[in-house]
Amino acid sequence: MNKRRTVAGASILMTGVLVTAGCGAGGPSAGGGDFTDDKVVLALLNDASGVYKDVSGPNSKVAIQMAIDDYQEKYGDDAVVEDIEVTSADHQNEPDIANTKAQELYDREGADIILDVPTSSAALAVATQAKNKKKLYMNIGAGTTELTGAQCNKYTFHYAYDTWMLANGTGTVVTEEGDKNWQLIYPDYAFGQDMVKSFTGAIEAGGGKVGGTIATPFPNDNFATYITKAGAANPQVIGTMHAGGDLINLVKQYNDSGLKEKGIDLAVGLMFISDIHSLGVEAFEGTIFTDAWYWNLDEKSREWADRFLEETGDRPTYAHAGNYSAALQYLEAVQSAGTDDADAVVKELEGKKVDDMFLRNGEIRAEDHRVIHDVYLARVKGPDAVKEDWDYEEIIKTIPAEEAFRPAAESGCSM
Amino acid sequence: MNAVLQYTVQGLAAGSFYALAALGLAVIFGVLGVVNFAHGAFYMLGAVAAAVLLDTVGMSLWLALIVVPLLMLVFGMLVERLLVQWLLPLDPLYNLLLTFGLTLLLVDLVKRRYGVSGLPYERPDALSGRIQVAGVGLPVYQLFVIGVALLVCLGVWLLMTRTRVGMIVRAATERPELAGALGINVGRWVTPVFGFGVALAGLAGVLAAPFRAITAEMGSDFIIILFAVVVIGGLGSIVGAVVGGFLVGLVEAFGQAYAPTFAQVLIFVLMAVVVLARPAGLFGREEAAA
Repeated sequence: MNKRRTVAGASILMTGVLVTAGCGAGGPSAGGGDFTDDKVVLALLNDASGVYKDVSGPNSKVAIQMAIDDYQEKYGDDAVVEDIEVTSADHQNEPDIANTKAQELYDREGADIILDVPTSSAALAVATQAKNKKKLYMNIGAGTTELTGAQCNKYTFHYAYDTWMLANGTGTVVTEEGDKNWQLIYPDYAFGQDMVKSFTGAIEAGGGKVGGTIATPFPNDNFATYITKAGAANPQVIGTMHAGGDLINLVKQYNDSGLKEKGIDLAVGLMFISDIHSLGVEAFEGTIFTDAWYWNLDEKSREWADRFLEETGDRPTYAHAGNYSAALQYLEAVQSAGTDDADAVVKELEGKKVDDMFLRNGEIRAEDHRVIHDVYLARVKGPDAVKEDWDYEEIIKTIPAEEAFRPAAESGCSM
Repeated sequence: MNAVLQYTVQGLAAGSFYALAALGLAVIFGVLGVVNFAHGAFYMLGAVAAAVLLDTVGMSLWLALIVVPLLMLVFGMLVERLLVQWLLPLDPLYNLLLTFGLTLLLVDLVKRRYGVSGLPYERPDALSGRIQVAGVGLPVYQLFVIGVALLVCLGVWLLMTRTRVGMIVRAATERPELAGALGINVGRWVTPVFGFGVALAGLAGVLAAPFRAITAEMGSDFIIILFAVVVIGGLGSIVGAVVGGFLVGLVEAFGQAYAPTFAQVLIFVLMAVVVLARPAGLFGREEAAA
């Protein structure tokens, strides 16, 4: 009896909430005809609690807020829009949840742009929604080249990194520097398979060869035997395409295997500074990987990283910095377009050359919406070389923007 | 030949984690009849506790191997007193649900406090490196894990067969009604036995800390394999848990080496074959499966 009353009460309450929310978001705007609802809403859609939480997660919301603050400080009274909000949602790395959340953000919360979305399958789902709703989407967290390839669309942009760039950096450079003979170990799902394809291409282009590939279950915590098996083929380098906890398991067990002492190197396909922070620099010492950005690169990046540290207590990963940059460049485009109308903003963004805290020699390529910029080949420092917390990387090579990413002509994208 | 020796050691090392944890699971199931779904989370807590103690008070692995299981013993007893005991008179399903819920809670709390990328752990130098056995370099740490697991399993076996407490627990495990009828107060042993089982999972976690990623999720897959282990060994059987643990470790290692894609599946194929041939598992009693 009581229970029934509670349920009924709750339903009425919920209906009320939904109706009010509906009115709020859908109602006509009072003035300022160039802006829907008189405001700009930036929505962060990513993993708020799972494996990619530390890589991007809630701290990216802080980064986006920093971009809003910087925009408002720069333009002050001249800003074309005063009311700028940031909202966020958790997609739990599930494409179907990402799909629903993206619709909710665009329709109900009035989002003008969605940012981030790690996990390739989830990112592709959001890109489809962006296309259908004719609203912007800037991907930072996902790696698939499909976003700027066969599945590209007018409203989707791809920041930070992708699998082609990682393979081209680590695969090509390590091969050219003398490690010609590779064994690849990869997690058996879309990302791992995509990475193996990209790496094989890059290694062969660099004059090396892939002697063998080993697929492992995903997720997995016992890699000892896979590593022994890869080492038995006597390669010069073992390339791992694992990420997060799997990567940490694999590195711990590689360090135990004795292959390091035998001179068999370990190259990591995808790594974030949060991974090094979590396992400790000793374990990763000497590991080579491609980084889209490093907080201690120069004065400009360091200054921003100091602010970020003050707000969050952590140093930023490149995903955090990428979210900041994407939000800032979006707001700059809104400023010059004088409206939040997606088509007008896209026009402003296309072909734009950018040099900000994150994008060095950057360009928002018009042909496929790949955002190109300088990227870096990094080596993890030894414990003695680390001067402060998070000071883990030695940049051994800058890969110029034009070389770092897949050429537009090869993308297979037609808008 | 070299490779076979390496795979064997790797298999036995992985099996050590399974054997220790499954032993705890078996003891708890035997005495309380509780299918403890939170066992993977207890294993995770053991590893997390070791990492936190190393980070905050600089506790070495050697000390953690003793301190953490003791802490887990107390924690386990609290869990039993505060939660599990109230559901014991009800259908066992209630405790299955309780421990499942407890897993979600513990995993989330650890995530909230320590994030998701995992905690660092450095092993003592004495346990690093490799030693040469028959011309093959074997990791010292893996041999150490196997040694500790075998010692503990032997200790538990002696405890069970050579002491009065062990005999009571064994009687309660194997013939609960009969033990009760003979005037043995089984109820008195319920709380410490639960704590003991939890401590064994915690010990497996400490051993895993230098070797595996220490994350809130590290128990999630572990618990699934653990159930395969106890089903293979025989639910509630102490010897079965140990033999099953090492067996599954070996199957996993050789599966990974010779049929990588099927490594995980092989464990469950083994389980299916065992259950078909002996429904109660290798060392289980037939009536328990009925």
